Amino acid sequence: MALKVLVGCKRVIDYAVKIRIKPDKLGVVTEGVKHSMNPFDEIAVEEAMRMKEAKLVNEIIVVSCGPAQAMETIRTALAMGADRGIHVEIPLDQMDTFQPIHVSKVLAKLAEQEKVDIVMLGKLAIDDDSNQTAQMTASLLNWPQGVFASKIDKTDAGLEIIREVDGGLETIRTTLPAVLSADLRLNEPRYATLPNIMKAKKKKVVKMKPADLGVDMAPRIQVVSVEDPPVREAGQTVSDVDDLVAKLKDKGFSSA
Amino acid sequence: AKMRGLPKLLSRAKRVRVGFSASEPVLAIQAGILQPDKFTQTFVQLRGLQSSNVISQAPLAAVADTDSGKQLRQELESIVGPGNVSSGESVVLQHGQDEGPHQGKSPDIVVFPSSTEEVSEICKICTKHNIPIIPYGTGTGLEGGISAVDGGVCVNVSKNMNKILQIHQEDFSAVVQPGISREMLNQEVRADGLWFPVDPGADASVCGMCATGASGTNAVRYGTMKENCLNLEVVLADGRIIHTAGIGSRPKKSSAGYNLTSLFLGSEGTLGIITSATVCLHAIPESVAAAVVGFPTVQNAVDTVVMTLQCSVPMARMELLDEVQMKACNEYSGLSYPETPHLFLEFHGSESEVESQTETVRDIAADNEGGEFQWAVQQEDRTKLWTARHRAYYADIALRPGCRSLTTDVCVPVSALPDLVTATKADIAEHGLIGPMVGHVGDGNFHTMLLFDPADPEEFRKCKEVANKMARSAIALGGTCTGEHGVGQGKMVLLEEQFGKDGIDVMRKIKGALDPQQLMNPGKIFSRNCNI
Repeated sequence: MALKVLVGCKRVIDYAVKIRIKPDKLGVVTEGVKHSMNPFDEIAVEEAMRMKEAKLVNEIIVVSCGPAQAMETIRTALAMGADRGIHVEIPLDQMDTFQPIHVSKVLAKLAEQEKVDIVMLGKLAIDDDSNQTAQMTASLLNWPQGVFASKIDKTDAGLEIIREVDGGLETIRTTLPAVLSADLRLNEPRYATLPNIMKAKKKKVVKMKPADLGVDMAPRIQVVSVEDPPVREAGQTVSDVDDLVAKLKDKGFSSA
Repeated sequence: AKMRGLPKLLSRAKRVRVGFSASEPVLAIQAGILQPDKFTQTFVQLRGLQSSNVISQAPLAAVADTDSGKQLRQELESIVGPGNVSSGESVVLQHGQDEGPHQGKSPDIVVFPSSTEEVSEICKICTKHNIPIIPYGTGTGLEGGISAVDGGVCVNVSKNMNKILQIHQEDFSAVVQPGISREMLNQEVRADGLWFPVDPGADASVCGMCATGASGTNAVRYGTMKENCLNLEVVLADGRIIHTAGIGSRPKKSSAGYNLTSLFLGSEGTLGIITSATVCLHAIPESVAAAVVGFPTVQNAVDTVVMTLQCSVPMARMELLDEVQMKACNEYSGLSYPETPHLFLEFHGSESEVESQTETVRDIAADNEGGEFQWAVQQEDRTKLWTARHRAYYADIALRPGCRSLTTDVCVPVSALPDLVTATKADIAEHGLIGPMVGHVGDGNFHTMLLFDPADPEEFRKCKEVANKMARSAIALGGTCTGEHGVGQGKMVLLEEQFGKDGIDVMRKIKGALDPQQLMNPGKIFSRNCNI
């Protein structure tokens, strides 16, 4: 019985970019800055593709919530092999208050509407590091969750998932449907090739708004301030070991 | 005569290596110690110096604490800004030493320009004061190409000039500044389904790769820098800015005028400073497969390679690792390959193409007594399979912790490879050295990592002897003394043997035409103050 997968992809500032804080200290500069697909979401798409190649999955739907540019992220996922896309449009001025709780509600609604068997997400987004969306989506759907997955196998009863936890690796079994989130070592994502990029242009992408899914956008969290980490101070050169010991004593690092 | 800079000059003269002593009299003349006789007067004139008042000026005026040094610094600061000029000890030290085994010499001053125009102004100043100019990219070279043998100004063009200026997806080309490394370029064009295939191992500056004529594991299918560069923006020693294929030109081919792009590719900073490069991109292959197969002898492996090429299999990578290298890889990466010569292969194409290519090569290998043919398609599995090859250099260094490697770089017609490899291995054994071997065997290019203890000059001398012998054999077999690393300082003598007197003379005349004062990266490709 071939499964249907809903993969969530987020457009984030590229991991290599140097982040700058906005003058109002309520966020970071995003205009004119290079963006790309959240790396953990690439891993999620790749895992869905491998399941499709193994004939476990017969349809991959990719969804992204964001402004007009989120379409680029959807096209990348389609170029990696996803079958069709859903773009949940969030106006640019609402992006600052658009939070994981809203994404979870959107995903939960879409999962029900599309009757998917697996919701596949990245374990966290590299811009907010929240690591909440998969868990909240599972809770809203009342589905089992397999988060921080580093290996996913199909069993007769459902799925067997190996998770990376602090103490090592944990193996769990879940029934289907389930919500999964991809960890770093789950796989190495493929590159989109030119023929697939061309094919992706013809794949269907549907647009909708959160209101169409009955999701209210009122923020539940208020960002109070965003600050740079403390600036690194210049070091002090010391002339010899005695000098070093004296300075350490002065700064209270030595009790001797 | 100004004697102010004299003590420093004398100490510099003492540090000059054997083989460069021709310049000592020049230094002495210029410090006003020796009275120039007629011969040396002519010699000095040939260097582009003019009258007696110039002779009395210290040529190494970049020396920081002299008046002329301070004046130079001021002039440079007025071009690039005070924050972009440095003569700090650690800065100059870093800018004189690359990743090769040769001890580099520090420049006097390092400048960090932010535009081609600034580079041009810097060159004008250095030309005015007769000061050597050394271009610097990422310092990942292996031939001492950035060593400031005469001191001078090191022009670090990668720090501030680090933009990708243009990407032309449909035309498969990109224009980059020196600060863009090949991995940075790949990261940028990946999303468009493109890649830049020249892979010399290190994450080198693309413009630096143009300067050394770099190549790598993918050359057998995708070519070297020479096949992947369409145009270069170059600043000459006198500050003039030229575009080697035409201003803003990027056609795939051209018959217009002399091929200046080819001239500057591989010129190792001796003819000008590359300030931007237009390079070719390729489509990321739809499917990639990797394979590893062992053979009883190098001859078997090379025969497999030759037959594969004759069957027109469009191999993407064909790497030969000898048994010494396999042993090193086993120990370093915890693998358990048989200690025999191995071929590491990569296939690119559509899924069906890759499958049929792999089948063809599997059969050829078997016909040549190949052992187990391991292969993989999945990204992680391919990475694992190629681990041995990727970590080869570090595995070699780990064979003798604390040692360094003199890496040779000969390239011969493929048919000559087995004989040369056999002769080389015998020579290495005779000298009592350890020399694992890795080869881009599809191009007939192979490297031996001759390990030496940096504290043992005798061992280094032995390595040099083996390296020179290998290069001479390669030249005699119809090959070249350097396939991809460049001449730098270490292979100048070999260059003369490869090209003969007249060939070298033509090169020197070109050098003289573009750099009459011989300021551009002295002591590389040609000895300093050579006859131009």
